[in-house]
Amino acid sequence: MPNYTLQINGKEHVVEVAADTPLLWVLRDHTGLVGTKYGCGIAQCGACTVHFNGAAIRSCMLPVSAVKNADITTIEGLSENGDHPLQLAWDEVDVPQCGYCQAGQIMTAASLLKQNPKPTLAEIENTMQGHICRCGAYHRIREAIQLASTKM
Amino acid sequence: MQTTHNKSRRDFLKLSTLTGGGLMLGLNWLNAEAAPTVIHQPMFEGAVGFNSYLSIGTDDVITIMSPNPELGQNILTSFPMIVAEELDADWKKVKVLQANLDNAFDRQLTGGSGAVPHSWKLLRNAGATARQMLVQAAANQWGVDATTCTTANGMVMHAATGRQLTYGQVANDAGKLPVPTTITWKDRKDFKLIGTAVKNVANHDIVTGKPLFGLDFYREGMMYAVLQRPPAFGSKIKSVNDGAAKAMPGITDVVRFGNNVAVVGKSTWEVMKAKKALKIEYEKDGELESTADHDLLFKKMLDSQTATVRRKDGDVDSAFKNASKLIKSDYQCPFLPHSPMEPMNFFAHVRPDGVELVGPSQTPGSARTATSKLLGIPEDKITLQLTRLGGGFGRRLKTDYVTEAAQLSSIIKAPVKLIWSREDDMMGGSYRPAVRYRFEAALDAQGNMIAYKLRGAGINVGNSTREDNFPAGAVDNLLIDSVDHSSPITTGAWRAPITNFLAFAEQSFLDEVAAAAGKDPVAFRLELLAKAKQKPTGEVKYDIDRMEGVTKLAAEKSGWGKRKEVSQGFSVYFSHRSYVAQVCDVVMSKGKPVIKKIYAASDCGEVVNLSGARQQVMGGVVDGMGHAMYSALTFKDGVPQQKNFDAYRLIRMKEIPEIETYFVDNGISPTGLGEPALPPTGGAIANAIFKATGQRVKNQPFIEEDVFKNPSKSKLPSSSFERSKPA
Repeated sequence: MPNYTLQINGKEHVVEVAADTPLLWVLRDHTGLVGTKYGCGIAQCGACTVHFNGAAIRSCMLPVSAVKNADITTIEGLSENGDHPLQLAWDEVDVPQCGYCQAGQIMTAASLLKQNPKPTLAEIENTMQGHICRCGAYHRIREAIQLASTKM
Repeated sequence: MQTTHNKSRRDFLKLSTLTGGGLMLGLNWLNAEAAPTVIHQPMFEGAVGFNSYLSIGTDDVITIMSPNPELGQNILTSFPMIVAEELDADWKKVKVLQANLDNAFDRQLTGGSGAVPHSWKLLRNAGATARQMLVQAAANQWGVDATTCTTANGMVMHAATGRQLTYGQVANDAGKLPVPTTITWKDRKDFKLIGTAVKNVANHDIVTGKPLFGLDFYREGMMYAVLQRPPAFGSKIKSVNDGAAKAMPGITDVVRFGNNVAVVGKSTWEVMKAKKALKIEYEKDGELESTADHDLLFKKMLDSQTATVRRKDGDVDSAFKNASKLIKSDYQCPFLPHSPMEPMNFFAHVRPDGVELVGPSQTPGSARTATSKLLGIPEDKITLQLTRLGGGFGRRLKTDYVTEAAQLSSIIKAPVKLIWSREDDMMGGSYRPAVRYRFEAALDAQGNMIAYKLRGAGINVGNSTREDNFPAGAVDNLLIDSVDHSSPITTGAWRAPITNFLAFAEQSFLDEVAAAAGKDPVAFRLELLAKAKQKPTGEVKYDIDRMEGVTKLAAEKSGWGKRKEVSQGFSVYFSHRSYVAQVCDVVMSKGKPVIKKIYAASDCGEVVNLSGARQQVMGGVVDGMGHAMYSALTFKDGVPQQKNFDAYRLIRMKEIPEIETYFVDNGISPTGLGEPALPPTGGAIANAIFKATGQRVKNQPFIEEDVFKNPSKSKLPSSSFERSKPA
């Protein structure tokens, strides 16, 4: 099986996996970074969202062979001490219920705020529409993104 | 001030001195009437047999164990809050631990909205007992009367002399005192934590991606496995060709047990890939049912001459004969999978000397019992470590995915983590059952409901009714019965079992009756409640005052009947000991109804955590709306036709309405809130849609109904009731 050298959260990881292995499973099974979640495997729920050169992508359908030298950021690498404005806002607004989808939600929101620090409500909703929160915490997710956007 | 005496106490308090100093109070949840006992062993040795405990270290750190599985209902925060309240602890210094499965706990499960109602007194006792001992220890040290001391923020104070000691400073001495025989609870007006908004204690771990969930569990040397189950309910394996799968990289084993073929290997992706290479032939093993068959079947069941009578008051037949107006209506819902975001999974390691289980379960005790029975290994040789649950909604009350993992581990003689894909999860059964209800009501000339009939026709439901719910007791002549069809499609509890759909049907039908009687929907319900109170028929098993309370609160907060700019629908429901009334605001946009806002008035007794309570109500409303509007699982020849979120629709951010939450402040002990906010939502929405369009949506999902699908067809308001008495 081929070796791949990946740049994840500013560190180099070498993994030996089949070329078609989705980045999600490389992260979870081969680097121990399990903050990125499996929800559907077909890019429909957003639980597996990570940053690929800063852009939010679904890691469940991205083969490791396509990653190449891209900078990958996962929830574990979003901030040094868990103090990204979104992470703080998520606590401030008390967003999580079961919490399973939240890493993916935060990663998409982080990418949005990086490109557009003051999004409108419609821009937030359009961006977050790709995510499912089965607990129905959407109101607080929206509120936390709005709160974080005041602190970017 | 409430006082409970030793004799009436249900918990068995034990006391121990911490290793390295401090006070430790163990609660044995089983020995109901046992007397308090002082334990003189160090903490963890002494903790054997009483594992729900509170410990106070000399460093002032307070540790509280939470026994119930956490799946988003926020129990890991609420339970410790109750202990900390009575303890007068400094919340910032409280640490919370998720307990593993242990016989020492009573009702270690998540279901039925029952955790806080069940444990409320026990948790208060735990905190209050420790507080009294800490006060006594400080009073002794100062040589003053304990009644002249007060507590706050983890400290004992003596106001007269201005002295104070932290709990940590007196914990050792307190640990040497006898456990008090009389416990004094705080007056609720003195609550500092209970009733306030306290943040989820796991927030930081969640937002930084810590390995909290079952799927995140990893053990050195463990194998990964997926299972191929029969794709159709009513089929079984005929033959298996696993040659190609076995030859794939990373695959160590392909084994068959029962109707499962397990693919075992070194990583998740490798086993998922190899599963697709399995060649399995299936054969018929029962009826291969389709949704179209069920539709026909329901009609037969509703007309059937034989049904199980659930409640009968008065004489329904005579009342219908003498009525001046009859109303009859059918409502139907589809099967639903639970769709927790974390699919089913469990880790099992069956060793010669015992079994280790790790993972997300709502019923760890049942999972252990089932594993014990399956493998013939005594329960005391089986441990179960609870992870956080990525949602449950009732699916993790089943133990199938736990015993699959245990059986596989026993076959391959290795530790294994069994993973269900989303497709496995959606096709794996235990669904919310499909049900069709038929309601009939009779009105007299004055518009009084003199008779009421409900027939439930369900698939693998048993009793699809809740015969003692409102309006039972408020109608003189009432007949509630049910017919059930036994199907190979497996069903199970789904958040607010039965009532998740029955409430919608019943609350919509009552709206139809109110309209037929020419009465305002809220006034009509209040009239029925007054009747149930003043002149009840049969037993009334709901609290009339509480139902009336939330009805009036929702009407008041929503401006019921006063706002011309919106069309409003009303719904009120009692489930799992609590009462929730909802009003939905609908506006029309481009010829279609848009759900703008939902007002929810809840009576769940004392609100423990206001933030968590609001989450449960808002989440319940979103859940109730989402599934009523969008979701359906259909079958063709026994095979579920929706296998993943591309074909199975769940509510997303843009579809949510505004939600306002209100709570009745009546000071009664908590009655639960994990489910009760869900059932009323569909009815409030459907009734508001009727107000806006003159059309009744009667089948879920609503999105398939004409008001949404063919708005042009539904322009003409149509009536669903028979307006005149038949000849």
